Amino acid sequence: MTHYLLSVHGPAEREEFGNYGSREAMEQAFADTDAFNQRIKDEGYWVFAGGLLSADTATVVDGTGDEPVMTDGPYLETKELIGGFWVIEAPDLDVALKLAAEGSKACRGKVEVRPFEGLA
Amino acid sequence: MRAQRASKPVAAEIERVFREEYGRLIASLVRRFGDIDIAEEAAGEALLAALEKWPEAGVPPNPGGWLTTTAGNRAIDRLRREKLRDTKHRQAADMYDDTPHASTGPFDPAEDDRLRLMFTCCHPALAPEARIALTLRLLGGLTVPEIAQAFLVPETTMGQRITRAKKKIAAAKIPYRVPAAEDLPARVATVLAVLFLVFNEGYLASGDGAPIRGELTAEAIRLTRILHVLMPEEPEVTGLLALLLLTEARREARVRNGELVRLDDQDRGGWDRALIVEGHAMVRECLAVNRPGRYQILAAINAVHTDAPSADDTDWSQVAALYDQLLRIDPSPIVALNRAVAVAELDGPDVGLAEVDRLVGSAPVLASYHAFHATRADLLRRLGRSADAREAYDAALAVCDNTAERAYLTCRRGELV
Repeated sequence: MTHYLLSVHGPAEREEFGNYGSREAMEQAFADTDAFNQRIKDEGYWVFAGGLLSADTATVVDGTGDEPVMTDGPYLETKELIGGFWVIEAPDLDVALKLAAEGSKACRGKVEVRPFEGLA
Repeated sequence: MRAQRASKPVAAEIERVFREEYGRLIASLVRRFGDIDIAEEAAGEALLAALEKWPEAGVPPNPGGWLTTTAGNRAIDRLRREKLRDTKHRQAADMYDDTPHASTGPFDPAEDDRLRLMFTCCHPALAPEARIALTLRLLGGLTVPEIAQAFLVPETTMGQRITRAKKKIAAAKIPYRVPAAEDLPARVATVLAVLFLVFNEGYLASGDGAPIRGELTAEAIRLTRILHVLMPEEPEVTGLLALLLLTEARREARVRNGELVRLDDQDRGGWDRALIVEGHAMVRECLAVNRPGRYQILAAINAVHTDAPSADDTDWSQVAALYDQLLRIDPSPIVALNRAVAVAELDGPDVGLAEVDRLVGSAPVLASYHAFHATRADLLRRLGRSADAREAYDAALAVCDNTAERAYLTCRRGELV
């Protein structure tokens, strides 16, 4: 079994209904995502998942020098950022890709699939 | 002295056998040891052993079996030496399977190692150029320098591309199996696309070298033949093989003195009749299944062309009808452009030209495609519009990357009055 990070990428700038267009569409996306989460829990793929607050709440900390340096804002100034993620456990990439496709459909965002080297 | 003289043909024979058996050998080693690097190393060692033993002992009666056994033993020795017993060796022992690599029982495609390896090499999670390189390396047995030369990239670049893809297969756990039935059509399409690209790079080679690279067209046909044996029920596989055979059949007649010879100017006596007969039979075979697809239709179009004793005998209405059918499946501007060529033959160059000009309006991407300008140039030439034709030839030459095609376009441009 391998652990995979499924990270959801979306616009850095969020609108009133989080880029879903309307309250109804947003609520439907949340409901679909909840259903997907429940399914992967039931089927044993689930490790951990969560949605993140917008990137303007982020702080970058560079502790590689003598004194840590704090910088306001996300690490990369890009138009698209990680909005949330799943960590799953799957037997191979085909299974992970299939789950990523379903998760992407549920949350209405593009998903990057990346294997973990290991879990601490 | 005598031994040395005898060893030369044996060395050539060993090379031939090794190349022939390479895909099967690697595929069975990957199944047994679950690791492409181990498989490649063991295959390389088996080749060295063959080069050492066969010149004296002679080529064994079942050289493929000999190579498989030897490579398997070398891989196990290596795993032991490297003290990977606890991890990889246990895996290897679990996966160890002594069935001879040439199965004699009823054929089950899901059990064929080469088919699994093709799906691994052509996995959609790999970059398209990496799929091509891996397929040629692992299934075709081409060396990294050979593949680098075929695709005109530096050897180090090609080496890195292949290494990176193999690393991804191992790290991300790209599976080594024939996909489930529901995923099969899409995944077969990916494999066919790789084989078609390999063929096309051979048939219309880019760069300053030979205009046709026979080693690539031959390799694409060889791999497609294997796929066809493994999946005889897939009409698109049959369709692609028919398409490649009917295209390959015209290869010799297609270039004269380094210059491209267009279909209607080709010496049809120079076509390979055996390939045409085989291709036609396959077109009939797959069309009978009645599950049409892109490659089957392209093969059928090529069957119409190769069926005509002379260019004037070509059944253009059938060609146009087939392009109509293809457009419904694959509504790309390039298919539409080819359809316009058939229309020009049926209804005259003016109608064809109007169609071509209408196309570029809705698909400006055609303007960067040399065949678009070459087609326009030809139609304008036939309409006697020399100045416009000259401009179109110039535009075609500016984006054309094949030496024989450039020579043809330059010559035609020079003939304008």
